[in-house]
Amino acid sequence: MYDRVVSNWTIFRIALEERLVYRADFAMGTLMRFLPIITQIFLWQAIFLSQARDQLAGYRYKDFVAYYLLTMIARAFSSMPGLASGIVEQVRNGEIKKFLIQPIDLLSFLLLGRIAHKCTYYAIAILPFGLVFFLCRDYFMDGFPDGLTFCAFLCSLIMGFMIGFFLEAAIGMIGFWLLEVSSLLFIYMLFNFFLSGHMFPLDMLKDVQLWGDWSCFDLVKLLPLQYLAYFPAAVFLKKVEGLELITGLCIEAGWLVFFIIFARCTFRMGVRRYSGFGG
Amino acid sequence: MQHPSYWNVLLTFMRNSLIRDMTFRSNFLILCVSSMSWTVMNFGFYLLIFQFTAKIAPNPAWGSWGKYEFFVFLSTTWFINSLVQAFFMPNCQEFSELIRTGNLDFALLKPIDTQFLISLQKVEWSALTNFFLGFGLLAFSLWKMTYRVENPLQWQPIAVVLYPLFVVCGVGILYSLMISLAATSIWFGRNQSLYNFWFYITNFSRYPMEIYDVGWGIALRKLFTFIIPVLVVVNVPARLLAAPLQPRANWEWAYIGFTLLATIACLWVSRWIFTHSLLRYRSASS
Repeated sequence: MYDRVVSNWTIFRIALEERLVYRADFAMGTLMRFLPIITQIFLWQAIFLSQARDQLAGYRYKDFVAYYLLTMIARAFSSMPGLASGIVEQVRNGEIKKFLIQPIDLLSFLLLGRIAHKCTYYAIAILPFGLVFFLCRDYFMDGFPDGLTFCAFLCSLIMGFMIGFFLEAAIGMIGFWLLEVSSLLFIYMLFNFFLSGHMFPLDMLKDVQLWGDWSCFDLVKLLPLQYLAYFPAAVFLKKVEGLELITGLCIEAGWLVFFIIFARCTFRMGVRRYSGFGG
Repeated sequence: MQHPSYWNVLLTFMRNSLIRDMTFRSNFLILCVSSMSWTVMNFGFYLLIFQFTAKIAPNPAWGSWGKYEFFVFLSTTWFINSLVQAFFMPNCQEFSELIRTGNLDFALLKPIDTQFLISLQKVEWSALTNFFLGFGLLAFSLWKMTYRVENPLQWQPIAVVLYPLFVVCGVGILYSLMISLAATSIWFGRNQSLYNFWFYITNFSRYPMEIYDVGWGIALRKLFTFIIPVLVVVNVPARLLAAPLQPRANWEWAYIGFTLLATIACLWVSRWIFTHSLLRYRSASS
């Protein structure tokens, strides 16, 4: 048990130091990621100035901007660049063998690496994030949420990180069967971008009817992707409250358990199928 | 020394790229569907916006971008972006790698203009899918605008002639920006952030310029019109055809003239940056 903690701590520390090498590039890149928000601020302002209404789909103009800023935080937790493609690459070039012969679990190793990456990211990104949020503080019209809502927001962010990790790791495991998953990854990224709420608040889809009483939003709500961006932002903005919030968090936890089991099972099945040759 | 026929060389590059793409047809089809899917999803976002509003007009006195006018704008964005992505994007991305590995030596030794060779060596045919999508959307929008009862589109022959010219100008401005940023990798060795910078900067060109005419947006509009002229890239050709401002204001003609000058200036500056950056090239490896 002690050995395991020590080895995990060593993995975490190495990953942390590795990430800190490029800290200036990191800070610069983070600040730049806010540039598209500027166009969103002006686009939504123009839309609101074009009409007499002060609300669209239950959002005021400033709520829209606040929403986009909050999804930036949510995405900073849930996005896992290069995770699935990295796993596929390791399967293809045989590097995965080291996890089969050494007493290190692949998923735990990757998870620790990601946690280290995120910790470094937040430590450096807190400055650009802090600056942008300070400059945009007026867009949060209802101010800072109460303690309980904030706790729920933090829970949804942490679970969003875990869902993002295990979901993408599960896609990476498909590499044991297909070897090349770039097209599959592309489809995932496409749906992720559109249906996670990164592009617009998903409750705007309430007005788009599918059939009968069912709207597009009802359909999108059934998917786990909403927990990667929309749900945390909606919690912070109090669009989801009371029983709906508790139910939402429980369903999110359910999806998390599902993806942990799914990723573990696919890894186990993949390893059984895997065959490595040469040195 | 006899100069090569640049047109024939370009045709050879295009043919070679097509042969390469056709060798892996399934992959080519997947790439076409992929780039189309992004565009369709993006279109879905704007369709959703127009479910909630009939027009985008921050100040009605300046005219407004109705649904179909905006779709003309959108198709122009697709035209310009698909041309840049097909002809220049893969090459500029490769440029940084050529410098890092030292393979730029081979390009410099060839008896042809280095910038031409570096910029057009590879053509990404699959990116042109969006060009055809844009064509479909443009035709549909113009048809809707022409046959609508209220305020139908009045066709102006000069606009039809100028539109393709200014689409080419838009491509020229974006290319200049891209090659200038790519050339900086000679100084920096690696320029990942600068490519992101290109993406984020060109993001400003994707919306009508009037949306920036509020508060501190005015300074932003001036910056992205006169210093880094990305705002005129799509706005000028799209406005020529969709003409949301009726009657056409005088300042619009000034913008049209400015766009021509800006294109020439951008191409000249980028050429200067490129040739001067080559002087700093030190090659790599043994």
